[in-house]
Amino acid sequence: MEFPILSTMLIVPLAAGIACLFLPAATARLTALVATLVNLALGIALWLNYDIGGAQWQFTERADLFAVFDYALGIDGIALMLIMLSVFLMPICILASWDGIQKRVGEYMAAFLIMETLMIGVFAAQDMFLFYIFFEAGLIPMYLIIGVWGGDNRIYASYKFFLYTLLGSVVMLIAMMWMVNQAGTSDIPTLMQYDFTPGAQTWLWLAFFASFAVKMPMWPVHTWLPDAHVQAPTAGSVILAGVLLKLGGYGFIRFSLPMFPEASAQFLWLVFGLSMVAVIYTSLVALVQHDMKKLIAYSSVAHMAIVTAGLFAFNVQGIEGAMMIMLGHGLVSGALFLCVGVIYDRLHTREIGRYGGLAINMPRYAFFFLLFTMASIGLPGTSNFVGEFLALAGVYEVSTWATLILTTGIILGAAYMLYLYRRVVFGIQKNADAAAMPDLSLREWAMLGPIAAAVLWMGVYPESFLAPMRADIAVLEVRLARAAPARDSALAVGEPREHAANYVAGDHAEGSAAAEGSH
Amino acid sequence: MTYAASFYLAAPEVMLSVAALILLLVSAWMPKASRAVTIVAAAVLFGATAWTAHLLFDPAYAMGGEAFGGLYSADGFGSFAKIVIYLATIACLVVTPRFFDARGAYRPEYPVLMLFAAVGMGMMVSAVDLVTLYVGLELSSLASYVLAAFLRNDARSNEAGLKYFILGALASGIILYGMSLVYGFSGTTSYSGISIAFADGFSTGALFGVVFVLAGLAFKIAAVPFHMWTPDVYEGAPTPVTAFFASAPKVAAVVMLTRIALDAFGAQTDAWRQIVIFAALASIVVGALGAIGQQNLKRLLAYSSINNVGFILIGLAAATPQGASSVLVYLAIYAAMTIGSFAALLMLRDSSGEQIETFAGISGLSTTKPALAWCLLILMFSLAGIPPLFGFWGKFVVFQAAVEADLIALAAIGIAASVIGAFYYLKFVKVMFFDEPLSTAPEGEAVIADSPTGHWVVLGLSALLMSPLGYLATPWLEGVADRAASVLFTVV
Repeated sequence: MEFPILSTMLIVPLAAGIACLFLPAATARLTALVATLVNLALGIALWLNYDIGGAQWQFTERADLFAVFDYALGIDGIALMLIMLSVFLMPICILASWDGIQKRVGEYMAAFLIMETLMIGVFAAQDMFLFYIFFEAGLIPMYLIIGVWGGDNRIYASYKFFLYTLLGSVVMLIAMMWMVNQAGTSDIPTLMQYDFTPGAQTWLWLAFFASFAVKMPMWPVHTWLPDAHVQAPTAGSVILAGVLLKLGGYGFIRFSLPMFPEASAQFLWLVFGLSMVAVIYTSLVALVQHDMKKLIAYSSVAHMAIVTAGLFAFNVQGIEGAMMIMLGHGLVSGALFLCVGVIYDRLHTREIGRYGGLAINMPRYAFFFLLFTMASIGLPGTSNFVGEFLALAGVYEVSTWATLILTTGIILGAAYMLYLYRRVVFGIQKNADAAAMPDLSLREWAMLGPIAAAVLWMGVYPESFLAPMRADIAVLEVRLARAAPARDSALAVGEPREHAANYVAGDHAEGSAAAEGSH
Repeated sequence: MTYAASFYLAAPEVMLSVAALILLLVSAWMPKASRAVTIVAAAVLFGATAWTAHLLFDPAYAMGGEAFGGLYSADGFGSFAKIVIYLATIACLVVTPRFFDARGAYRPEYPVLMLFAAVGMGMMVSAVDLVTLYVGLELSSLASYVLAAFLRNDARSNEAGLKYFILGALASGIILYGMSLVYGFSGTTSYSGISIAFADGFSTGALFGVVFVLAGLAFKIAAVPFHMWTPDVYEGAPTPVTAFFASAPKVAAVVMLTRIALDAFGAQTDAWRQIVIFAALASIVVGALGAIGQQNLKRLLAYSSINNVGFILIGLAAATPQGASSVLVYLAIYAAMTIGSFAALLMLRDSSGEQIETFAGISGLSTTKPALAWCLLILMFSLAGIPPLFGFWGKFVVFQAAVEADLIALAAIGIAASVIGAFYYLKFVKVMFFDEPLSTAPEGEAVIADSPTGHWVVLGLSALLMSPLGYLATPWLEGVADRAASVLFTVV
């Protein structure tokens, strides 16, 4: 029997998390860091041993532990990449909370480590109900993280986060039960090949959409996100933006698209419509924010709208692009929240107007902030460019109008990000306390450096990240082909012409005789 | 059918009755022996549990055995419920004495009354005849009325006892009236006879009887719209008594309702299903909305029990073997969660011995008493039905049964309404974990007094069962419950 690497990745943070509950602060920090680094190492081993072009589902584990559902784990390339994103961000989150969290450190670290277990579980689950349990269970640690260690308005934000996402998810559970009852199995790979009748698909798709649209989040059910982001501690925001928002996109890829292709095509207008509104609306809202975290939160909604549009483009470019944006955005928005956290730790305010001229006293910080700002805008050479280009190219094949509007989002994105950067980093030093802030510490280098490297790697050589997913996305496209929508920009094949292109209308012989005659 | 065989099957009830009568004499002559009486009562209950387990797992009694000429059936369905009831009663006995001792009000009659209630509940779940049902119901109810008013010098306790008595007697009257109609139209009081008599549908008069019986039973399980007594009685009764009311009698009444609906009226599912569906959805919504504004924790848990009854009724509405099995599973999980929550509530008392009963009292509990707060956190998320805690499993099986019975709209509405309920369970967690502790206590003195080991054992066991480890028990639990439920659907 093979080494059960996925189970190990679940158990390591869980065991460390339970241990942290009983440990004093300093030991808990260290335990958490070691556990997350071990998981990162396991994740790298997972990636290295992943057989690109091999079986669709690898590292499968199965145990008959429970009554109705199985303990079934296994990953494809898509899940692999998202697991990598989770284990990569986790040690950075622990570092980000090293000094910032001073009360109830053990419980804090426990919440994060259990969160890591649940996130890996979501991506690795191969049983529908196991997926649901991991998916929902994430609410509990996140509720505690926001509520106990959050900002001033943390209680409102934690309730809103919990109830919004719970309401979205419960209807999905009923849909899952119906599907399992219909298909006779809760095995996700089997269900991905099962053909539900188009009439049933409509309802099932809507039930799943209710859950994933809230998680994503799509306009107009995005309103929990700015509150949750603003009130959560820095590391909480990183995990929310970096990984939790990806659960919605992963859900669309894993459930909505392959299980209900006809319904997905049927509701194309809804997804595109909401995405278009979201890009314009949230970008404009981001433009007028005074709170840095809120600005980045709204920008997340705008980026996620391009993801949803890309996913529903029904072609390889669109889906690959959406996956790349999810990975890139996970890194970049996480890094931006860390950048906010760095100066928040020093001045304890997120008010944009309180800062200014940081390039003078914090040049290294200004460099990193600039890099991530540019990556967020989608500058070529950074991760988000690859994703946004591919996703929009995919959408273009389906709807030129949607592409036109979604692309404005990138322009608006440049506007609000550069405007933010100008106000915080450039200009004059308005406040003495902001001007006296020291530059990055070694710990902060260790947080931002690896993300910067990953962002550039993804931008310069995206093949490393696309290769594991390629075969799975191709399988998905084949599955979707029967329902793929018409392309409004496709080349139209006209009636073949009878004559050559330089043929002049009228009698050929007569015309040439006249021409000759004129000589 | 010899008497020996009948006594063999009904041994748990016989054992409990004899023990209760002897202990009654003991308590009459030795009023100081309350501790010994409690221990003996718990031991006898444990013996009854073991005997019931023997009947449940012995293949010779897989389909049950009828005793006393078809008045009583010791089948898997009843045995499963009885084990839950007896264990819940034992747990209640463990957490009771300290509460009354602090008021100097503990007397040996208390465990004796609990034993009589347990006998009655055992009869209720094993009854396959309307007369047995009524006798069991009244025996347990009368014991409960006295228990509610056990604090004789406390006005609230007396009020609760009186309210419970009047409304309970009214409900019993309604049930009796319904039974007389059912008997009049079917000519028999045995469930199997009623089932055969109504195989072709209910006549109008018989339908009235069925509605009256169901309405009366809805009173007993505190389903909306017959729930009004619950918050008052739960709040007024002494807390250990409330813990008992919310667990064992509820299990007994629900199981009795399930048996009568699926066995006696099982041939005409469509006739009563709409009543059950209405009561289920109304209970979920009213239970959830009513709890939101509550400041008193006992009142809140009363609404929570109304809310939970709604979920159980969804399983009953399915009217399938899976539905009956899900009812049993939910009840077992619910009883454990409820007793755990009330044990925690009993442990919440300040250094002067006063019970803490409001939200204000538990604010910041996670810093003052972390172990207690974490156990309550597990129980509250479990009650809210959030995975990976075990309370989710109860909701899961109930909704799955409804979906398999094609009641998708009911399942969807029910589960959406469960989100409202999540709100007030979250409030528990919010108050304990997010709020700062009250600074009324002098420095260095623990606000919450320490608790005896018995309380910790009960709380710890229920928290452990509700933790994700509970899922490992699902294959076993599922097997036992399925086997138990299949009894109702076997045509003898």
